[in-house]
This record gives sequence, C-alpha cells and structure tokens, in this order.
Amino acid sequence: MTDPLKIWIIIFFLGVGTYLIRFSFLGLVGDRKLPKWFTQHLNYVGVAVMPGLIIPFLIWPDATGGTLDAPRLIAAFAAFGIGIWQQSALWSVIAGIATLYTLMFILG
Amino acid sequence: MNIDPTSSKSAFWLGYRDNIPFWLIVAPFGMLFGAVATEAGFTIIQTMIMTAFVVAGSSQFTALTLLQDGAPTLIILATSLAVNLRMAMYSAALVPHLGRAPLGMRALFAYFLVDQSYATSINAYTDNPQMTLIQKCRYFMGSFTCLLPIWLISTYVGALVGAKIPPEYALDFAVPICFIALSAPMMRSLPHFIAALVSMGGTLIFISAPYSTGLLIAALLAMIAGVQTENWLKRRTDND
Repeated sequence: MTDPLKIWIIIFFLGVGTYLIRFSFLGLVGDRKLPKWFTQHLNYVGVAVMPGLIIPFLIWPDATGGTLDAPRLIAAFAAFGIGIWQQSALWSVIAGIATLYTLMFILG
Repeated sequence: MNIDPTSSKSAFWLGYRDNIPFWLIVAPFGMLFGAVATEAGFTIIQTMIMTAFVVAGSSQFTALTLLQDGAPTLIILATSLAVNLRMAMYSAALVPHLGRAPLGMRALFAYFLVDQSYATSINAYTDNPQMTLIQKCRYFMGSFTCLLPIWLISTYVGALVGAKIPPEYALDFAVPICFIALSAPMMRSLPHFIAALVSMGGTLIFISAPYSTGLLIAALLAMIAGVQTENWLKRRTDND
C-alpha cells in the first residue's frame, strides 16, 4: 500500500509542473514576435514529436511481452497510409482499429 | 475543410467535430487509467483529482508505474514531467496563432493543451490561413470541449469497473493509433516526411537516455532536419 501523502504530493507537483510546461511559451511570450528561424522550426513540432512517441509502442508492444507483432505493425501502416491519403484522423483511426481486429480474428 | 471567415460559432463546432474521432481513443485510454490507478491503491477521489488536474495520460501512467516500483518521489516527478516536456514545444508552436489572445484566455488554453487539441488546431490553422484570432480561439475551445468530458467520465468508469477489461480488446494499441491519426494529416511535404523519419530513428538511437529525454533530443534533431530540407528545396528551385 502506497503512502497517501506520497500520492498527494505526486498529484500536486505533477499537476502544477505540467501546467507550467504548457503555459511556458503561450503564457510568457504572448504577442511578442518570435524570430523567423524559430517559428520555421516550430512548423515541424508535430511531425518531430509524434512519430517518435509511436515507435517504441510498435517495436516493443507491452501486450506481446515486447516482441514484434504482425497485426499491430500492419494496422499501424494501414492507419498511417489511410490517414495521409484521406488527410483525416477519423479514417486513420477506423482503418487502424478495423485492420487490427480483423487480423487478430484471422490469426487467432 | 473550409471555414466561413465571418462566423466564429462554426469554428467552435469544427474544432469539436474534428476531435470526435478521438473519442474512440480517449475513452478506452481513460478507462484503462482509472482501472490501473485503483489497482495501484489510488482511491477514486485521488484518481479523479489526478486525471482532472494533470490531464496528460501518458505521464499519469508513468507516475503510476514508478509508484508501484517504489521509486523515490523526486525521481517519479522528474521522469513524469519529462514525458510532458514535449508540450512546451506545442506551447511555442501555438504562439504565432494564439499569442495575441488575452492573458486569461491563454492561461485557460494552457490547461487544455493536449496532443489532440494542439494537433487538430495547428492543422486547421495551416489549412485555413484566413482564420481570424477569434476563430482560432473558438476552434481550440471546441477541440478541448469535445474531449475533456469523455476523458473524465471514462476515467471514472474505469475506476469503478476496475481491471476487468479483457486483453483481447488490445487497448494497448490506443496510444500508438492516437499519435498515428494525429500525425498522418501533418505529412504535407517532403520536409515533413524527413522530420518524421529522423524523429523515429532518433528515438530508437537515444532510447536509453535518462528520464525518457531521448524523445526530446530526437524531436530537436527532427525539427532541424525538416528546416534544412525545406531550405535545401528552396535553394534548388531558386537556382533553376
């Protein structure tokens, strides 16, 4: 059993810290002009962060004890391909879930 | 998608609508968090306060896992906060769009700055350069209004139901598919693809960096790669 005080301390500081991270630029920079080279790099924040977040989940999925899993890998490619083609998050999600469940059903 | 530049109400609903697909992801993820948290010895009150106050699922899971491993408080905080450092980049990326909003509103937006609200908003702003500041604010509000209630309710349900979600549902896939769906519409040009490849390669190379900072190193390299590719393409067309 974890000490309740420890739990509360973690909840409090994780909440405050996360808020300050989110507030940082948006709150403190406000309407001051950012240098052009800086904003040019910011255009790539999404594609620089999210693919990196995905890759460990695909190569070492917890659910399979950390070994490559064909249905998950193929479903990821389906979600990514359809998402780019349709420029749509909805179709990406549907393609990923449908592919994963179909393959898991077929392969048992 | 085109936004009527005279209407700010429709911008709110577009933000709302564009986030509906993520119900399919936020709901199972929230349930999973609720279940795992109560299993780890959190009361329902603690689970709900954490989920409403932090609103960042992956860092919450990180904190839970480390708590169960018996890690010291400072290590738990440093590691879980490092998971959220990417949001500083989101915060910076939104400055050119939302920086002129009043401070109180920006303080509110900061609370709701999650992967989904950042990604869907930045995509809409890029697709619709004619959007006004008010429309951009409304769109952002629409995006988090769509997801926050689902996140809270599903966490609560998960905490009540407990760890009874069968593994056949493959809920572990909710996280990767979420980020795939968020990043796929961002792949607009060759520099974006290059940045994505560097991001994935870099994460694997720096996978053992302390406090999961490998992702941040990879992200910085990926941004540089994207800009360099963009400049290189520009120079090539200029020379033609």
